[in-house]
Amino acid sequence: MSGKLSINVHHVTRIEGHANIVVNATDGKIEKLQWQIPEAPRFFEVMVRGRNYEDIQTIVSRICGICSISHSLAAIKAVEKALGLEVSEQVDKVRILMHYAEQFQSHILHIGYLAVPDFFGVSSVIPLVAGAGDVVKTIIRLHRLGNEWSELIGGRTTHPITLRPGGLTKIPTEQQFRQLQQQLKKSMADLKTVLNAVLSVAGNIPDFERETEYVSLRQDTPPTYTFYHGDIASTDYDGVVAVDDWKTVANEYVTDQSTAKWAKWHRDCYAVGALARFNNNADLLSPLAKDFAKSLGLKKGCHNPFMNTIVQLVECAHLVETAVELIDGLLVDGLKQEKVIKVKPKAGRASGCVEAPRGILFHEYEFDSKGNCVAADICIPTNQNHANIQKDFESLVPQIIDHGEDAVRQKLEMLVRAYDPCVSCSAHMLDIKFVK
Amino acid sequence: MDKPRIAIFDFACCEGCQLQIVNLEEELLDLIGVVDVVEWREAISNQSHEYDIAIVEGSITRPEDEKRVQLIRTRAKILIALGACATIGGINKLKNNFPLDYVKKCVYGKDAGKAHLNTDQTKAVDEVVKVDYYVHGCPIDRREFTYIVRCLLMGKTPEIPEYPVCVECKAKGNPCLWDYDQLCLGPIIRAGCGAKCPSSGFRCFGCRGYVDNPNVDAARDVIARYGLNIENLKTKMVLFGSKKEPTNI
Repeated sequence: MSGKLSINVHHVTRIEGHANIVVNATDGKIEKLQWQIPEAPRFFEVMVRGRNYEDIQTIVSRICGICSISHSLAAIKAVEKALGLEVSEQVDKVRILMHYAEQFQSHILHIGYLAVPDFFGVSSVIPLVAGAGDVVKTIIRLHRLGNEWSELIGGRTTHPITLRPGGLTKIPTEQQFRQLQQQLKKSMADLKTVLNAVLSVAGNIPDFERETEYVSLRQDTPPTYTFYHGDIASTDYDGVVAVDDWKTVANEYVTDQSTAKWAKWHRDCYAVGALARFNNNADLLSPLAKDFAKSLGLKKGCHNPFMNTIVQLVECAHLVETAVELIDGLLVDGLKQEKVIKVKPKAGRASGCVEAPRGILFHEYEFDSKGNCVAADICIPTNQNHANIQKDFESLVPQIIDHGEDAVRQKLEMLVRAYDPCVSCSAHMLDIKFVK
Repeated sequence: MDKPRIAIFDFACCEGCQLQIVNLEEELLDLIGVVDVVEWREAISNQSHEYDIAIVEGSITRPEDEKRVQLIRTRAKILIALGACATIGGINKLKNNFPLDYVKKCVYGKDAGKAHLNTDQTKAVDEVVKVDYYVHGCPIDRREFTYIVRCLLMGKTPEIPEYPVCVECKAKGNPCLWDYDQLCLGPIIRAGCGAKCPSSGFRCFGCRGYVDNPNVDAARDVIARYGLNIENLKTKMVLFGSKKEPTNI
């Protein structure tokens, strides 16, 4: 294409946090192409210094309003490991259910409110109310379910208040669990409605592939499509890496185009998130989720980053179906009233890891003998995706440079949204040196 | 009357308070029917410089952000601070307890000097510009948010509780968490949350800020009764109650 092409998207909309896209080209030759992160950094690793072990999850939950449960759980897992606490099987199961609630809520928010307007070619979910009102109402109903589910187990929808190192302050009653289970069963029909809506616009999903490395948790005993337990796995690596060694995976570094750090492992970039989990663990999905994947034409080894949003929908089916089973298990065992384990503070250091909705998340803390935090290090999924987004830009733009400014801008925005980036998170948590 | 034009802006925060607005679900559609949302980066792609009401979420932590919020103030007739980061500086003010050089070095190591990684002390929005209304909490309570917006649309002044969380907690018949070895800030923190945390068995950590005239003597009595002192309480107050300067902790 002849002439100048100049795109400067200052603060991409419909994503969490602040990010820019810059493209400059003359006569089809790309001069500058950057994914930039100007988000105000918040320095959480410093904020937790000197704070007691029991306040850590309350502080770091505030890294992100969308994935506060994931941050709280990653922190609690690290704190409990550092203090040598082992929670009961019941606490573990209820926490997993709480974590599922957030995955579900976050995925529905992203699919329905943030990403799907692109597939319909509109600026937000609001114009869809007129044309596709039933679908919007279905999405609202599912999103509300995700929130009520979080509230029931976490005490409220955002920033959970039932989690304490050593247990849970409160668990739902048998009746509340049964009601939730009923709602979950009913939601399967709603998920199918969303599936059909997505299938109807599937032709608008860009056909773009770039091979890259996909990193996520993997759990072999028992084999589980995991969000919570397990070791670190990669599509570029046969074995697994223990969570405590996560720094050999992330290899974070500072770049001038970002206040958030970037990451790389076997190549110059890697991807995390729903598509990474799928590419590592798809054979362990629930039957309903496998049906969803099949009807969407999704197969393990998918290299189209735009499909991340679609995999999130598959995961929603898995979450609902598996949660119904988890509740059955809890009720068959019989709910027990348990006290939070009494903690005897001691010095220690440990890492905790969960899959946040946007991908694998690492927290690491060190405590002194009084149980006060002396050092912290947190590595966010979106940090791990930044380099991969930049490499996608570099591969995609030459393919579409002739389509004109508007088309290039729209595709790049859509690509960024497909990653469901959580920029507040990524700019809030960066690398830290352990200073003794 | 024309529909009031509303714009929503975010600064340093987790955007969880905006999420509570999204969480209004169907009620949000009703709200959008009576106002004109002209800018809301997290949810819609439109942008505008003309609005009547600015809703500002997040703390102010950089010189360029001070300028941005000042510009927003000049354009808005009414400015609402949304959530603890905006109303009191919130958890972000924990940073103010450390020298800024140390803060940057801890996080960015040898790259701490790079210009784009600059940071300033954390400020609440009203430490930079005038704030007309406050929606407290971390996160905000969505019922309180719609109550305040409804009041504004009807030309009324919203009434925000002027009593401590203990009042709401007692009314709910909760056992006192001080009896369960938890340093709860209920006696000095502004109510309005329905004592949500203590009702779930978790101590109040002060996200709504101090009540205007906290009964300090009564708080001291409570602390003394459990064999503790104000220094113990301060280790918890610092979470959401840190100051512009290093708090003595």
